[in-house]
Amino acid sequence: MARKNSKSAFVKFERVQKSYDGETLVVKDLNLEIPKGEFLTMLGPSGSGKTTCLMMLAGFETATHGEIMLNGISINNIPPHKRGIGMVFQNYALFPHMSVAENLSFPLEVRKLDKTTREEKVNRALDMVEMGDFKGRRPAQLSGGQQQRIALARALVFEPELVLMDEPLGALDKQLREKMQFEITALAHRLGITVVYVTHDQTEALTMSDRVAVFNDGRIQQLATPDQLYEEPENSFVAQFIGENNTLNGTVAKLKNETATVKLDSGEVIDCKPVNVSTVGERTQVSIRPERVELNKKRLPPGSHTLTAEVLEFIYMGDVFRTRLRVAGSDDFIVKTRNSSDQVRLNPGEKIEIGWSPSCCRALDA
Amino acid sequence: MVSNSSTNVLLSADGTPLKKSLNRSLRQQKLRALLLIAPLLIFILVAFIMPIVSMLSRSVENELVGKTLPLTVQSIQSWDALSGELPDESVYKAFAQDIQNAAKAKVHTKVALRLNYEKSGIASLFKKTARKAKKWDIETDGPFKEKLIKVHKGWGEVEVWQTIKTHSPAYTSGYFLNAVDMRKTAQGADWQPEDKTILIKLFQRTLIMSLIITFSCIILGYPVAWLLANLPMRQANLLMILVLLPFWTSLLVRTSAWKVMLQQQGVINDVLVQLSLISDEGRLIMINNEIGTIVAMTHILLPFMILPMYSVMQTIPPSYLRAAKSLGATNWTAFWRVYFPQSVPGIGAGSILVFILAIGYYITPEIVGGTKGVFISNRIAYHILKSLNWGLAAALGTILLVAVLILYWTYDKIVGIDNVKLGG
Repeated sequence: MARKNSKSAFVKFERVQKSYDGETLVVKDLNLEIPKGEFLTMLGPSGSGKTTCLMMLAGFETATHGEIMLNGISINNIPPHKRGIGMVFQNYALFPHMSVAENLSFPLEVRKLDKTTREEKVNRALDMVEMGDFKGRRPAQLSGGQQQRIALARALVFEPELVLMDEPLGALDKQLREKMQFEITALAHRLGITVVYVTHDQTEALTMSDRVAVFNDGRIQQLATPDQLYEEPENSFVAQFIGENNTLNGTVAKLKNETATVKLDSGEVIDCKPVNVSTVGERTQVSIRPERVELNKKRLPPGSHTLTAEVLEFIYMGDVFRTRLRVAGSDDFIVKTRNSSDQVRLNPGEKIEIGWSPSCCRALDA
Repeated sequence: MVSNSSTNVLLSADGTPLKKSLNRSLRQQKLRALLLIAPLLIFILVAFIMPIVSMLSRSVENELVGKTLPLTVQSIQSWDALSGELPDESVYKAFAQDIQNAAKAKVHTKVALRLNYEKSGIASLFKKTARKAKKWDIETDGPFKEKLIKVHKGWGEVEVWQTIKTHSPAYTSGYFLNAVDMRKTAQGADWQPEDKTILIKLFQRTLIMSLIITFSCIILGYPVAWLLANLPMRQANLLMILVLLPFWTSLLVRTSAWKVMLQQQGVINDVLVQLSLISDEGRLIMINNEIGTIVAMTHILLPFMILPMYSVMQTIPPSYLRAAKSLGATNWTAFWRVYFPQSVPGIGAGSILVFILAIGYYITPEIVGGTKGVFISNRIAYHILKSLNWGLAAALGTILLVAVLILYWTYDKIVGIDNVKLGG
């Protein structure tokens, strides 16, 4: 709701560039608006510039060009300690020589709050992350998950409106990570804080965020809600990076009425939805999600193109079957089917007909 | 059955107790390890431990008097040193016999020197007596009381005999009493006369100046160590070479360089005069006194402070400072409340290293210290090389060693030696 009103953008990057050596740009012309209360994730491979963006927002790096605004005020020249932004670090950065309570009390002490207020706030923050019993412990005496909670409580205890998180769950095991993902989002929504979250884990990004900004090569490749990102990737990088994806290479043969006919390199012809192709004869990468491929011809809309495929491998994974096919010269074509009572199991060597709805098949840049 | 087997001794497969067979299998491993370190162990034992023990034992050893003057020592025991009267003829006769034997064997100078440490003047007394005593016939030439007093009136002084008696036992606390400006007299331990007290003053000076040197090393070394730990790799390496550079230059060269810098016609004074900051007559005296020693030793010991500090600081991730700043701390607060407490083990390790090195330093104070800037170690060297009072030198050395060990122990109690990181 809030995000419709772009004028009230809480955090705003305006034509921001960053270079460390004066030769290459780590962040190239970044424009981003984050409304109040949003959980935004910056997702991308390492070296894509996402952490640099976060550090510029926190004030530990300065933008080479452009402006970063917080609440309508440019913060380019405001030092980090005056920005009032909470931050959770990758390795938690809990002060090892202070107890949990002292760690939490630190931001309140530097704000010169009196003792009773400090204690009250520390207790409240610890209760919020269910760590009230651990006040007197040192960080080294806590498990990874507990340290994570304390780091979170410390970033929230001085009630910042904006909290930055730099891969905070990277060091936890899978189960704990999933639990913390849920807890962090729940807490963020309950407190109504704005969160900018950096991760390279796409599952984390998709499950936690209101919106995801996919970074690559110093640029935002796509900024969208998780479902849009998955269903409607705007370019081949996003399609490849988010989830599993089948790619077929070809040339645009015909463009008509929101349908592009693509002649694949192997000779077959398929219909696709044109996303970023504009002229006939252009090279394109066609992208289809494995779970959108239909093995049962009867379920396809009439007039759909079909392709002949040879089964190479059939993997039983419990809730889904994963079949590797040879399609149009590609040995890596994956199909995922749900394990339902009417679903047949395929044997390697079998020849089948596969197809898909043209709307699920996106012609992207080559 | 179950409870029975748990109370029994565990047996290995062939029936021998498990502990025994484990010991047997480990014995060979231990033996091999011992063999590997044996050469080093023997070397340390012969070249390090044994000389130190033998030197330290000299601080209480006092066999010379008993060995050279056996008859005197024996007969003087019955004399009451506090009676105020001279010993009787039998002691004088025994001494005449002893000094004659010693003079013939040419060992009388040694014991004369030994007793001269305790009461000056005894050496000449002995030498003069020994010359005459060679010609005496002990059986017939008596009585020796008058004869000896005639040779030198010193033999008529009670104090001389008191000194001989007090220092006749094979072991003595005399050297240690000397080392703290006291002396052993017939009446017991007593303070040295005012004009002979120097050692306590020297100990104090050594401690205070070592503390000042350690403190200046902390002040100068901390920023350098911080830079080393936080600069990018390439600059840090360059800086590291600059820090280590002094290690590759001779200690004497470095100390002499300070002499050139600090002397009254030296570089610093010349520059100050040229800049008209001081007048030509008012040239600063910075060498051959405390300032010279402090400046030169701070420079020489600085790397020993920087390296432990650096190795500790290297382990403090920069994210702590960032975290502190993101929580609202100013640069200073972030440093003082978050970074500094974590760097304290490095300061501790550097300080203990520098202080221990400083307290026993010899060459630099010797060259640039003059008389006001010398340490206790220079006094030890003096007693070893010039006055040849090895017993006193050993006692001084022992006190120094014990002081360092106490310091080390206290530090371990307060900070914990585990927290000292010398190499990461």
